[in-house]
Parts: sequence; C-alpha cells; structure tokens
Amino acid sequence: MSTTAIIINLLALGCLVFALARDRGRTKQAMGVAVKSFVRILPTVFMIIVIIGLLMAFAPPEVISRLIGEQAGFGGLLAIAALGAVLHIPALISFPLAASLLQSGAGVASVAAFITTLTMIGAVTLPLEIKELGRKMAFLRNGLSFIIAVIIALTMGAIL
Amino acid sequence: MKQDATSTPHRKKARKEMARGYILLAATLVAAAVILRIFPDKVTAATAATRSYFLEMVTILPAVMIIMGLFSVFVSRELVVKYMGKASGIRGIAVAIFFGALPTGPLYLAFPLAAALRSKGASISNIVVFLSAWACIKIPQELIELQFLGVKFMAARLILTIIFVAIMGVFIEKVIEWTGNRGIGVSQRVAR
Repeated sequence: MSTTAIIINLLALGCLVFALARDRGRTKQAMGVAVKSFVRILPTVFMIIVIIGLLMAFAPPEVISRLIGEQAGFGGLLAIAALGAVLHIPALISFPLAASLLQSGAGVASVAAFITTLTMIGAVTLPLEIKELGRKMAFLRNGLSFIIAVIIALTMGAIL
Repeated sequence: MKQDATSTPHRKKARKEMARGYILLAATLVAAAVILRIFPDKVTAATAATRSYFLEMVTILPAVMIIMGLFSVFVSRELVVKYMGKASGIRGIAVAIFFGALPTGPLYLAFPLAAALRSKGASISNIVVFLSAWACIKIPQELIELQFLGVKFMAARLILTIIFVAIMGVFIEKVIEWTGNRGIGVSQRVAR
C-alpha cells in the first residue's frame, strides 16, 4: 500500500471513530450510504480500469503525445478541455484515467484541463442549473469555468 | 421529512444508472476479450496495467466511500444554509469553499441547495464559489487525485482552482449586479 493510501485509510478510520463516538445510529446510516455508493460506482470503476489496460497496451505514446502532449499546442489543449466539458464521467474515475494518459505521453496542461472542465462544467446538468439558478448565472458560471480551466491548465503546464 | 419526498424517484434513477453501469461493464469486458484475442501479444501489457490500477483503486475506494457516507449523513442541509447565509467577504468565500468541498453528494443536489441559499440571503459570489467547490474541490476527488496524480499535481491544481474560483465568483456577482437581477430566476422562487 502506498503512503497516500495509508493516509486516506487512516483519515477514514479517524472520521469513523469520531462519528461512532458522536452518534451510533447516524453512523450506521452513513455506512449504509457508503455501501450503496460503493456498489453503484463499482461497475464504472472496473470498466475504466479495463479501458486503461487496453489504452496503455495499444495507444502508442507518440500518438497520445501528438494529440494531447507537449507538441499538441494550444489547439490540442482547447480540444481536450472541450471534451471534458461535454463528457459526463464520474470525477472519481477520471483521475486514474488522467494518470494513465500522463503515463502514456499526455502533457500536464492537457490532463489538468481535462479534469478541471470535466468536474467544473456539466453539459448534462446544465438544464437543471438553469432551472434552479437562472440562465444568466448558469451560462456565466459554465462559460467562465471553461476559461479559468484553460488558465489553470496553462499555469500547471508551466510550473510542473 | 423533506428527504422522503425525493427518495423514490431518486432511488429509481439510481437503480437504472447502476443497471446501465453493469451492462456497460459487461460490454467492455466482452470487447476487451475480443480485442486481446486478436492481439495476443498485448495481453501481458494490458493485464499488467489493469492490475496495477486495480490495486491502487481498491486500497482507497472503500475508505473514500466511508468518508463520503459519513459526511452526507452528518452534515445537514440546514447546517449549510445556516452558516452560508450570513457569511460574507473573504470569510464568506472560505465558508463556501469549505461547505462545497465536504463530500455530500452529486452536483445535481447542489443546485436546489444553491437556490435555497440565494433566497436565504447568501451573496451571488458565495453561491458561485459554493457550486464550483462542490463540483471540483470535493474532498473524495482530491483524495483520489492525490493517490493517482501525486501531491504536487493535486496541490497545484487545488490552489489554482481556489484562487480562480474566488475571482470568478466576485466577477459573476459584479456582472449580475451591473446587468440587473432579473435574469437570476430566484426572485420568482422567493415570491412563490
């Protein structure tokens, strides 16, 4: 187990002990929620892991690097940011996918742009956002999020 | 209770999503088997990558789910509304990021909550920051990002996101103030 994994597990254990001390009933309820979300996300997790296996075995690093790597330039960055904005992948599984892309030649900026637009912008949830918060605020938030995602990505590409 | 009213359609939707998840998984497995049958020389590389990612995932996923479950039960909607309604300025932004980052459910739950916050008097900048934090600074996400992309990547993206989300929140508030409040749609909601 990596250090990160140990820290995360200790954190969960700490929260659990604290919760048990405060309220046994609600902790039990929370465990129910945890098991349910675990079962719900499991197939998607397995699926992405299988896809990552195929990706790393088949996609040649030169191709990935040309599409979304250092050589892809600003156009490549915008393209992957747009892809992230449109796709509806659970954020939790986008990180292993991003790691595998990095490992096979993608640039830091592209990966950062992809994750940021993927989580921050929801094309699928946009109608609900408009309904609850109004057209102006929804469009402003999603539009500006795209711009700041690109700025974040460029900064990360420069500093990492 | 309020939650009961939404639980039935929510549960039905969740079940449908899960069934779709398993169907997609089965399809992916079949496709992978067929592809690897055609290219047997790739089997070792593919299974090695899959195994290493599987191990990384399996050592943290249960812990992440426990953290999410605990927060979703222990942090009530009332608590969020209570603290976010009155906080303003830098403190308001910090509170909005804090409550947005708590692992308490998917983004579609945040929109009605944000609308409720608006009617309780929370500022537009706080609401934008809250929504953005909910979308992309969630604690479980950060934990998984830490595991797969490392502390440098995760910390850099986290800090940059907080800075730019705060700027965006203030900017959107100014734009909406300049152009008038009519488009926001919350006013009708309050009147109702």
